[in-house]
Amino acid sequence: MTAAPAVKPLDPTKVRAEIPILHQEIRGNPLVYLDNAATTQKPAAVIDAVADFYRRDNANIHRGVHTLSQRATDAYEGARGRVRGFLGAAEDAEIVFVRGATEGINLVANSLGRSIGAGDEILISWMEHHSNIVPWQLLCERTGAVLKVAPIDDTGALILEEFEKLLSERTKVVAMVHQSNSLGTVNPVREITERAHAVGAKVLIDGAQATSHRAVDVREIGCDFYVTSAHKMFGPSGIGVLYGRRALLEEMPPWQGGGDMILTVTFEKTEYNELPHKFEAGTPHLSGPIGLAAAIDWIEALGLDAIAAHEDDLLRYGTEALSEIPGVTIVGTAPGKSSVLSFTMDGVHPHDIGTIVDQEGVAIRTGHHCTQPVMDRFGIPATARASFAAYNTREDVDALVRAVRKVAEVFA
Amino acid sequence: MSELRDLYQEVILDHGKNPRNFRVAEDANRLANGHNPLCGDKVRIYARTAEDGTIEDVAFQGAGCAISQASTSMMTQILKGKGEAEARELIARFVRLITDRAEPTDDELEALGKLAVFAGVREYPNRAKCATLGWHTVSAALDRADDPVSTE
Repeated sequence: MTAAPAVKPLDPTKVRAEIPILHQEIRGNPLVYLDNAATTQKPAAVIDAVADFYRRDNANIHRGVHTLSQRATDAYEGARGRVRGFLGAAEDAEIVFVRGATEGINLVANSLGRSIGAGDEILISWMEHHSNIVPWQLLCERTGAVLKVAPIDDTGALILEEFEKLLSERTKVVAMVHQSNSLGTVNPVREITERAHAVGAKVLIDGAQATSHRAVDVREIGCDFYVTSAHKMFGPSGIGVLYGRRALLEEMPPWQGGGDMILTVTFEKTEYNELPHKFEAGTPHLSGPIGLAAAIDWIEALGLDAIAAHEDDLLRYGTEALSEIPGVTIVGTAPGKSSVLSFTMDGVHPHDIGTIVDQEGVAIRTGHHCTQPVMDRFGIPATARASFAAYNTREDVDALVRAVRKVAEVFA
Repeated sequence: MSELRDLYQEVILDHGKNPRNFRVAEDANRLANGHNPLCGDKVRIYARTAEDGTIEDVAFQGAGCAISQASTSMMTQILKGKGEAEARELIARFVRLITDRAEPTDDELEALGKLAVFAGVREYPNRAKCATLGWHTVSAALDRADDPVSTE
């Protein structure tokens, strides 16, 4: 084994300078944005790429013969290539643009779902976001398939032995989150995929929380589907990606019908377009992929290994400092967890924490984070959650800790 | 910090920590459940009204933030002994205090008495639902026919 190449460390102050929205005051204090698991802020380069597209290149794609249409098509399809490279997919045709990770999961649940029948099983984990629960429940309602849930332990880690016990030849789909949005747990997705494939199940990985924190290679994971959302990775909202293995996407029927997804239409018969256009009915979110490509450029310029090292440092630093505050309990302590610091405080409801720290300029999320089963598992109604991104600094963490100490003071 | 003190005043913190009338009222004849699905706050209001509509007892159970617990707690104290019309007027007045765009007049604040401490919530529109949850729920309880309390 060769030594890992040295990672050029991030200069978070420089990174921060590239994010225009961060430079403002909230209620008289400098904004400290720690709600990155909900959505990330946008670098000037992403905002400019979207604005420039509308200023210079906007036209509908794939059909015009005029110059603008060609430019728009090139930019849109160029972005697809950029995403393919970023995720390590084999070909552009395996990258389908969707509204977000949620829509990607719904597409698979509906289209691959046509091959699911009564008695088949869908296996998910206890830490899934509602977006990776409800589409499968809907599928089960339609087909009589059964939803199975692999449990997590007290640290918030998947219990692999229990997961394995739930796998059988009845398991048709394993749908699993890559990184938990409420706990920060990072799942061993390669191992999960291997075991699921061993019983013939197809594997979908929900990467909405992963792609801005860790390098992802879908072929190394070996999964059949991978979904993510651009807005969680410094790109625009309303655009996301479904990666699917070509052989599967070829077999799967279209989910939505409309323009751009057809080759020929007569009233008797319609011939569907080739991949990935078969799954992109109607005029898409034209500027979305362009903004996403700019976000990927931005991420890669920083380097995902450098981002991961930086965020791990913030997580360690923040965990230590918060744990010292009397009454604070960290929720989600799985080994190898990433970028998410969920916590509760004795005698203080998370919403009161959220309001008081907002007063100090610190933006965190409070609530169930669209993971109610996780909250039930830990016997709590909600948590307060700070979540980190590449542009956060140790000073941000200090501001959070000061603000949480203020909460303790108010409620003393 | 001053604005914060406006929101989390001593009396609110006190009622939040030690909510009054926090119990099951076995002999209640009006009952309603309130739920804020956004934050998971839950409240169950028990009320006993006399033939003429006078509120003889109000109590509650539930879980939520300091604002929702304190507001419901103070509500139970103030509504007790009030006639139905008077109670409904106060409920409307309180909801107006929290949600109306127009600043409350001095007369309005005076009519609210101790409840005026919740004026601080006006600065935090995303907390309005916390402050009004108990009030909307008691209003639903008063709308109910004279049914015996069921657990459903």
